[in-house]
Amino acid sequence: MKILVCIKQVPQKDATLKLNEAGTWIREDVSYEANEPDAFALEEALRQKEKLSGEVVVLTAGPARAQQVLREALAKGADRAIHLEGDGFVGLDAYNTARAIAAAIQDEKFDLIFTGLQSDDYGYAQTGVILAEILGWPHATIIMHIEKSESGIRVKRELEAGFFQHVDVPLPAVLTIQSGINKLRYATLIGIKQAKNKPMRKVTMAEVEASLSPNLQKIEKLYLPLKSKNTEFLEGAPADIAKKLVEKLKNEMRVL
Amino acid sequence: MTDNILIITEQREGKLNRVSWETIAAGQAIAAETGWTLEAAVVGAGVAAIASEVAAKKLAKVYDVESPQLEPYTPDAFTAALKEFLAKHPAKLVLMPHTYQVRDFVPKLATALKTTAISDVVGYKHEGGKLVFTRQMFQGKFVADVSFAGEGPCFVTFQNGSFRADKAEAGAAPAPVETVNVDVPASVVRNKPQEVFKEAKQAVDLTQAEIIVSVGRGIKEQKNIELAQQLANALGGELAASRPICDNGWLPMDRQVGSSGQTVAPKLYLALGISGAIQHIVGMKGARSIIAINKDAEAPIFEIADVAVVGNLFEIVPPLIEEVKKAKG
Ligand SMILES: Cc1cc2nc3c(=O)[nH]c(=O)nc-3n(C[C@H](O)[C@H](O)[C@H](O)COP(=O)(O)OP(=O)(O)OC[C@H]3O[C@@H](n4cnc5c(N)ncnc54)[C@H](O)[C@@H]3O)c2cc1C
Ligand SMILES: Nc1ncnc2c1ncn2[C@@H]1O[C@H](COP(=O)(O)O)[C@@H](O)[C@H]1O
Repeated sequence: MKILVCIKQVPQKDATLKLNEAGTWIREDVSYEANEPDAFALEEALRQKEKLSGEVVVLTAGPARAQQVLREALAKGADRAIHLEGDGFVGLDAYNTARAIAAAIQDEKFDLIFTGLQSDDYGYAQTGVILAEILGWPHATIIMHIEKSESGIRVKRELEAGFFQHVDVPLPAVLTIQSGINKLRYATLIGIKQAKNKPMRKVTMAEVEASLSPNLQKIEKLYLPLKSKNTEFLEGAPADIAKKLVEKLKNEMRVL
Repeated sequence: MTDNILIITEQREGKLNRVSWETIAAGQAIAAETGWTLEAAVVGAGVAAIASEVAAKKLAKVYDVESPQLEPYTPDAFTAALKEFLAKHPAKLVLMPHTYQVRDFVPKLATALKTTAISDVVGYKHEGGKLVFTRQMFQGKFVADVSFAGEGPCFVTFQNGSFRADKAEAGAAPAPVETVNVDVPASVVRNKPQEVFKEAKQAVDLTQAEIIVSVGRGIKEQKNIELAQQLANALGGELAASRPICDNGWLPMDRQVGSSGQTVAPKLYLALGISGAIQHIVGMKGARSIIAINKDAEAPIFEIADVAVVGNLFEIVPPLIEEVKKAKG
């Protein structure tokens, strides 16, 4: 099984984000990490390879800093990496991101491509499905289990409100992976050492540009959400706050 | 010719998904401001009854898009059917609810038509003759105004609860229904979906709880769940959690609140170390009172909280347990 995993680098969950002056994007001086479902997608690819043998290739599109997520993936056991490197990849809409990825892998022959179901920054929830359509492959979304079958794979899709569904999908296919599908591993010291010698192919914007077109959707403005409720902020030492909360529980919310 | 808006309603197993009313309310509001024509479509196999149900709303027309291949749902069949339908009945804007099913096929459909879908939209603005759509980014920490460039159609999917279903206006008379039979060859359908099922019996019914103490990733470690449990016990409430806590196996799945868990409406929802991602909020925003404790003053959970405490939950919860016990005598 030859599996490609698309990993996006996004601001860390706990990072305090600030807007740039133009109000079009965030200030980039924050710490970054791998998009959460993408980390689960990598873990799933490594597990499938351990079961079925084959190869795990990781890919990211982003500036030089994004190489970090590839290094970590190689340290956890991915075999090689592809880095679409450039600042220009940050501002692409999902259609263009998918086209850039498709162009970068046109000489490869994967059986499966995993993406996360959604990115933490843009949150399009589209890149994987668009990639499948560009490649002409079938896809399945929000995947919580994968098993090889006679004719391809059988996946478990998460549906709303606690429902699930098994779907038989022929190969090659694109799957968008949901967080929680497995338990993540940590990189080992040996893994980190070995990662240094694993191949990393760089792809520039110039190499894929011909496949792109102007973004079809544009962020005009980015701003803080307007508060819809009249929220009361309680302040003070923890003991005072505890007293104030109990007051509210008793007198206003009437639950005590 | 005036421009037109098409709403694609969602049905599953012959029943209209109620969130379709929200999309109709959104479409009616946009149509009123732009003066564009508003039409709706029902897509499936043998769904004429749903088409007439939808036709009761104030719409210029309802299409019943039919093919035997549309049951059960597959992204291949839905894309083929709607591609054919939209070729015959072009629309400038196509509106849909942002459901799991829509997420599964709309990016494919938009790509097949060389256009784009603005996803998970919470509102719109119509300024100077231009429509922009607002959507959350960075897990709800920011909102973006997004405009559409291109020939169209522009697909827009609306987040649950962005518009009110009860605002969907009824028409003076039922809208005309036109049946459109689309030709979806069996060979385009590659996936074979099996029966829909539920994983396990639910041991707890959080929907009935009056007080819920809910923990998020701010609780840090499994052993700290005990602290939240003590608070829940002191208050006489149930313990619930955000998704990552259940994914980690720190609490069972049936205690998960949110779009893929339970939807609750207690008198009190006390959120400990939960950031307030939209998939969590949709499951609990119906609570009568919401208290949130989070160390990040910018956490989106505070946007919907009645009472907010910016601080470390490990410092605030222990004295709170003591005060609650005292108050209860
Ligand atoms: C399709 C889909 C379905 C989903 N379904 C659900 C669902 O049903 N339910 C759900 O919950 N999520 C769901 N999610 C996941 C959701 O998007 C969020 O990832 C999740 O809700 C985040 O959980 P959290 O708030 O616990 O964690 P985080 O977002 O990591 O937030 C942790 C918070 O704890 C705070 N914190 C840290 N330390 C402390 C401290 N000492 N004291 C106080 N505060 C502290 C931090 O400031 C932060 O705000 C879904 C996602 C997708 C894409
Ligand atoms: N720049 C990128 N580099 C690598 N993978 C990406 C990139 N953008 C999106 N993806 C993949 O597509 C998934 C969905 O992203 P999105 O469509 O933005 O919600 C992510 O979880 C990643 O797996």
